[in-house]
Amino acid sequence: MPASTSPASPPSFGTLALRWYRLNRGGLRATAIGLISLLAFLLVWHLLTTYRVVFFVRFINVPSPLAVYASFTKAIHDPKFLLHVLLSCRRIFFGFSLAAIVAVPLGLIMGRFKLVHEIIFPVAEVLRPIPAIAWVPMAIMLWPTNEQSIVYITFLGSFFPILVNTLHGMSLVDPVLVRAAQCLGARERSIFRDVYFPASLPHIFTGLTVGMGVAWVSLIAAEMISGQYGIGYFTWEAYSLVQYADIALGMIAIGVLGLGSSMLIRGAGQLVMPWRSR
Amino acid sequence: MSEIVVKAPQGHIEVKNFSLSYDSIEGPVEAVTDTQIHVKPGEFVSIVGPSGCGKSTLLNAVAGFLKPTTGIVTVDGEKVNGPSAERGMVFQQYSLFPWKTVRENVEFGLKMRGMPRSQRERAARTLLGLAGLEAFEKHYPEKLSGGMKQRVGIVRALATGPKVLLLDEPFGALDAQTRVIMQQILTNMWQRLKISVLFVTHDIDEAIFLSDRVYCMTARPGSIKAEIPIPLERPRQQSMMMSSEFLALRRGLMSLIREESIKAMGGELNDMGMQGLNIELHGHSLADVI
Repeated sequence: MPASTSPASPPSFGTLALRWYRLNRGGLRATAIGLISLLAFLLVWHLLTTYRVVFFVRFINVPSPLAVYASFTKAIHDPKFLLHVLLSCRRIFFGFSLAAIVAVPLGLIMGRFKLVHEIIFPVAEVLRPIPAIAWVPMAIMLWPTNEQSIVYITFLGSFFPILVNTLHGMSLVDPVLVRAAQCLGARERSIFRDVYFPASLPHIFTGLTVGMGVAWVSLIAAEMISGQYGIGYFTWEAYSLVQYADIALGMIAIGVLGLGSSMLIRGAGQLVMPWRSR
Repeated sequence: MSEIVVKAPQGHIEVKNFSLSYDSIEGPVEAVTDTQIHVKPGEFVSIVGPSGCGKSTLLNAVAGFLKPTTGIVTVDGEKVNGPSAERGMVFQQYSLFPWKTVRENVEFGLKMRGMPRSQRERAARTLLGLAGLEAFEKHYPEKLSGGMKQRVGIVRALATGPKVLLLDEPFGALDAQTRVIMQQILTNMWQRLKISVLFVTHDIDEAIFLSDRVYCMTARPGSIKAEIPIPLERPRQQSMMMSSEFLALRRGLMSLIREESIKAMGGELNDMGMQGLNIELHGHSLADVI
């Protein structure tokens, strides 16, 4: 150890800053490169649309980033646009929450009780490959209102990823942990609550993240086909009304909303599973 | 502390006429056959044997995870019908709950017994203090070293005040230095709590160093080949492992186990179609070579 660093004197601001930089170099680098790549994307988009490039793909009618920004500033003052966004979020909230409330307990019970698994799994496997969009006509027949059928489609989209991942988590629970709980006096209920459930949580959250993504896919498809409101409907309507900038605005809004909702789930996961943080 | 001290001499394990077989397509396969063992209250007994001899099977039957095909397992005259907090168990893979902190792990058994929160917190802290782990009570197991994890595992198993402690190769995954320290810690706790211990290991030194008595099992299907009392005085020191008495016991056990290991390996080699090995060894049997 060099004698220059005496423990008594606190390190100077310069030393601290340098240390902070060294520790966070990786993160800073990733952020910087990320920003540059986003700017490059915008620049390419700007150039392609300003010069109306036609090279197999036609950029003649594609709105420029500036046009989209202009329609964005207009839209955020337009209560109708906000209503579109709000309604989509509400549908996601109901559809996704219902899926989680049904699929997680069902997966846990199927994972724990063989008979339930044997009864439900074949049905689930047959229904699972059907894309949520293919349910649209059936959903319209099934549900009295349009709103309900859209929520139902969203529900279906997220239901199976959540169920499958919960089941997967249950199948990976370490049997030694179950035995450890048993010889500490745990009964069925506490084994379920204190072993099976927390052990499956990481996979449940994987399921919720994937389910949230599919929920948005399904929602937008349903809104485009049968909606009267919602960001998917907004995007499709923009096309019908030849509002090209609004198409891109709708798409970007969907992307941002999807990203935000996955981040919410990731945050919730970190809150619920403190033992997995860092 | 009072709730974890065993009051009367308790924890008499008896395994009588025990056999255990699994079903397979070729018919039942015997894992353990015609076995009798016992552990007196407060006694430290080890089971050693070649790998796959069924020593863990036997231990799991005492724990109540496996049902004997024939025979009976009793603790203090009561038949073992399933796992219970009366028989604490420590596993080789530590088996701490990753989602519970060190203290929550130790508290778990007490919580299952319905002990109020403040009381079990106090009990867990006291126990963790005994094991030198009080500074880690809020840590999650993932952050602990192997030796610390297993200390938590032992403390957790002892927290409910079981009549007997069952350990299934608990130090098998630890490095040699940590192993020695853990053996010392286990001995200290055992002497303090006067609890009966049934300890499964394949490490002969460990078995002799820790035990009052050692059972040596035969190759599969396992049964008791020999029962060896260990008359070394207590408290035992690490230096004893160099004493002639220790070495004599070691030599005896070693040769017993070697015979069985060779039988077990011979069986496996035959299963692999390697009977021809004898020829390559110029007529010597495998036993001569090893």
